Amino acid sequence: MSSIAEKVVAGDIRTVARLIRDIDDGMPEVREVLKELYPHTGNAYIIGITGSPGVGKSTLVDQMVGHLRQRDKTVGVLAVDPTSPFSGGAILGDRVRMQRHSMDPGVFIRSLATRGHFGGLTQSTRSAIDVLDAMGKDYVLVETVGVGQDEVDVVRSAHTTVIVVIPGMGDDIQAIKAGILEVGDIFLINKSDREGADKTVSDLRLMIEMDQKKYEEGGWKPPILKVEAVFDKGIDEFLEAVDQHAAYLAKTEGGLDFRGNRNKVREELREMVKARLLEEALDRLTKSGEFDRAVELIVEKKIDPYTACEDLVLPVSKQ
Amino acid sequence: MPLTFNDKIFDDIQKGKERWEKELRKAFAARPERLPRFITVSDREIDRLYTPADVRNQQYMQDLGFPGEYPFTRGVQPSMYRGRLWTMRMFAGLGTAEDTNKRFHLLVKQGQTGLSTAFDMPTLMGYDTDSPKARGECGKCGVAIDTLQDMEDLFAGLPIDKITTSMTINPPASVIWAMYIAMAEKRGIDRRIIGGTIQNDMLKEFIAQKTFMCPPVPSVRIITDTVEFGAKEVPKWNTISISGYHIREAGSTAVQELAFTLADGIAYTEAAIERGLNVDDFAPRFSFFFNSHLDFFEEVAKFRAARRMWAKIMKERFKAKEPRSWWLRFHTQTAGCSLTAQQPYNNVVRTAIEALAAVMGGTQSLHTNSLDEVLAIPTEEAATIALRTQQIISEESGVANTIDPLGGSYFVEALTDRMEEEAFGIIDKIDDMGGMLAAIEKNYPQQEIADAAYRYQKQIDEKERTVVGVNKYVTEEDIPVEILEIDEALESLQMEKTRRIKNERDNARVRACLERVGDACSGGKNVMEDVIEAVKAHATLQEVCDVYRKVFGEYRDPGIY
Amino acid sequence: MKQQKRRVRVMVAKPGLDGHDRGARIIARAYRDAGFEVVYTGLHQTPEEIVEAAIQEDVDMIGLSSLAGAHNYLFPAVVQLLRERGADDIVVCGGGIIPEDDVEKLKAAGVKAVFTPGTPLDQIVKWVEENVSPRS
Repeated sequence: MSSIAEKVVAGDIRTVARLIRDIDDGMPEVREVLKELYPHTGNAYIIGITGSPGVGKSTLVDQMVGHLRQRDKTVGVLAVDPTSPFSGGAILGDRVRMQRHSMDPGVFIRSLATRGHFGGLTQSTRSAIDVLDAMGKDYVLVETVGVGQDEVDVVRSAHTTVIVVIPGMGDDIQAIKAGILEVGDIFLINKSDREGADKTVSDLRLMIEMDQKKYEEGGWKPPILKVEAVFDKGIDEFLEAVDQHAAYLAKTEGGLDFRGNRNKVREELREMVKARLLEEALDRLTKSGEFDRAVELIVEKKIDPYTACEDLVLPVSKQ
Repeated sequence: MPLTFNDKIFDDIQKGKERWEKELRKAFAARPERLPRFITVSDREIDRLYTPADVRNQQYMQDLGFPGEYPFTRGVQPSMYRGRLWTMRMFAGLGTAEDTNKRFHLLVKQGQTGLSTAFDMPTLMGYDTDSPKARGECGKCGVAIDTLQDMEDLFAGLPIDKITTSMTINPPASVIWAMYIAMAEKRGIDRRIIGGTIQNDMLKEFIAQKTFMCPPVPSVRIITDTVEFGAKEVPKWNTISISGYHIREAGSTAVQELAFTLADGIAYTEAAIERGLNVDDFAPRFSFFFNSHLDFFEEVAKFRAARRMWAKIMKERFKAKEPRSWWLRFHTQTAGCSLTAQQPYNNVVRTAIEALAAVMGGTQSLHTNSLDEVLAIPTEEAATIALRTQQIISEESGVANTIDPLGGSYFVEALTDRMEEEAFGIIDKIDDMGGMLAAIEKNYPQQEIADAAYRYQKQIDEKERTVVGVNKYVTEEDIPVEILEIDEALESLQMEKTRRIKNERDNARVRACLERVGDACSGGKNVMEDVIEAVKAHATLQEVCDVYRKVFGEYRDPGIY
Repeated sequence: MKQQKRRVRVMVAKPGLDGHDRGARIIARAYRDAGFEVVYTGLHQTPEEIVEAAIQEDVDMIGLSSLAGAHNYLFPAVVQLLRERGADDIVVCGGGIIPEDDVEKLKAAGVKAVFTPGTPLDQIVKWVEENVSPRS
């Protein structure tokens, strides 16, 4: 094993932090390290937390960390914030609400930006999860703003996916219906002391129950729970639901082993292949100058973009 | 409807102005105006000329009236500065209680008429000097107060039955106030006689100043305890100084300062009424604290609008009957955020303009910043110049000869009306959210201020806004200014003093007292008497605050940027 | 795993009890607008908490903001702790109400730059661009 992988497995914080940076920056040499770390993964329980901005995800994660620590579990946190489309920069502010754990050696918190790389967020976050898993964290919590497909995919690579809403967000529930309802294993109504919490519960229940298929197959019925993260209320009940979901998963194909479930492996591998192919093909076309030449030809009206695309892709895909 | 005589006059004026502007614009091709937009410090666009048509809806008796009469637009007291000048109250505090005591004696000797205490960060946050969180902070931006002994040393030799004392303290305000009351009683002075102010305004801490301890709801509960206690036991004390100063310093606009401050005042009033108090029993003891920034007319209009708005709020919304409840009495501090580290002597001029606006706006008391405030704690010399600035305004300039000298200016009146309208708009929005506590939880005021602050800085960076010495008229040479340094050894001296007191006191009695404070906190009984007993037993500031923290929990920065 | 340009990561931190965060928040926005990734710690942090967070976040620089006079203790404490953790490649700079004499002392203690009130944002951003490089 390389010294980097050794240090990761030994839990060296600086090495882990730097490796995640390299993953995030897309440094090719991390592939070798990830291969070495692979045998040390598969032990962490991964929880994805998503929801619109302002629903209190970071505060919830902060409380989850506190409760998991009380159970003597070590925790890794990946908090994903959006990159500004204008500057490419980002303010990663989730950590503020978790900073009280920063001196706890059993907790590792890392902020990540979405960066807008194609399919890359899922990939790099998945790899970062593997690193935290390999360093020995019992739980890895991944927090994202559930707006784009990328973010939804990120939380899908979790054992348990948690969707957080707050009362009085009628439109948001509609949005969930359209996008990520089917990936939610647990629904949380945060700030449930606010007016309209019961209505939100019944709205959600209605939508989940429309998805009859799950019950017919004897599948998991997503619970809808009320919490008040700011006041640390309802967190234990929520973590019990996570335990129940874990017990349910253990009885499905592959159990808690992510890479023992054909569907999940298929999905992950497809994403990896897609990203790698895209990267290598584009890289080659750019380096050979073919890509830029095609751009010129389109601008000069000598060729249409459809033909240009075919001309570029066919030779590559035949190889 | 036929035009009345007055309407016709206004219409003629409006038409005349349009004709005049048309002529003027013709000349713009050859000689355009200096700037594309003429804006205030708050990014408000200002018209080139104001006329009676801009205030056509103003009714003199209803909207302005006379000084000392509703709606108080022109001043809260009938005689204003012809009767008595504003209180020159310079904020001071540094190092140990003994150091600050010396500065207080000096200020009183120089003609200052009220004291104002600045505390160091650990005191402001409810920590003793020996707390690990307090390392490196003792005495740095104010005086360190750990125990009743420090309070006694701070006011040694000062006639606290004759002068009033303002104390800028928030989360631990109830404890510091208890120490002051205990000190007075030890001297044999009745608590009904002492006068002064504790800032005690937690809502603006969550919004702007960020000195916080417990969450918003219990914070307001403790404040309501002090309001109730003051109304019954310490009738000459101003129990809350509802503060816009810090909101402005955090980067808000003038209208935001106005709206958020009055909305805070509404929240405290509602809490006290909910407690079962009669509005006229406590509202006269509410005072306000505003910022005076560089935009002279905008500031004058802000102060005038604030008085009229609060009078309406108290009379119409809360049905207060006592005219004193309608009064908005306020202290003003010139804008610390307007000072520059570059060419620091320019700060004297900035402060003079700001002080003038506060006086023309009818302030009840005033702190003028020292020229070196942006660099460190003021030296005695710099603090003296700042005090002299007020004395020149009051006794040489003649602006205090008549009341509300800018009243009736078309521009100032129009601006006053407009700012009132906009501020009420913001207050309505906060009401719709469910009041200030709900708005704070939604981060509404925090976010609004952060946006305004960033916009302002961008305008400076892009030179859309001039800051002399910073982005224009920049000089290379450094102008040396003498800086007051705080001795680093002071921390261990103060720790030693507190440790000695802890050793010498009756610890069993302290424990029993603290237990009673805890019971009052969780049981809902007014905490004040028990806190006074605790500090008399030499419980430290932090020991009492730790009880608050334990019962009510701690508030942490939600991190809005 | 597409290799992209390494991005500068900075931490904006408020050490000590001082609550004046107007400057820190404005700087955080300016850094974002300059294309940096900015981790904000929030208020009331001890030097230990800041250093631990900076290491976990693998930032290239820590910007400390203090307006209440405790910089002489807090800033050097951060530098010292980074050294003890073998992370002194992380650049430390500071800003706030800091007297001229202290600026030199802080620089001698290892603070790379100190920005006093009135420094234009683009000047601070430019300094970071010239003096802090994303780790390679």
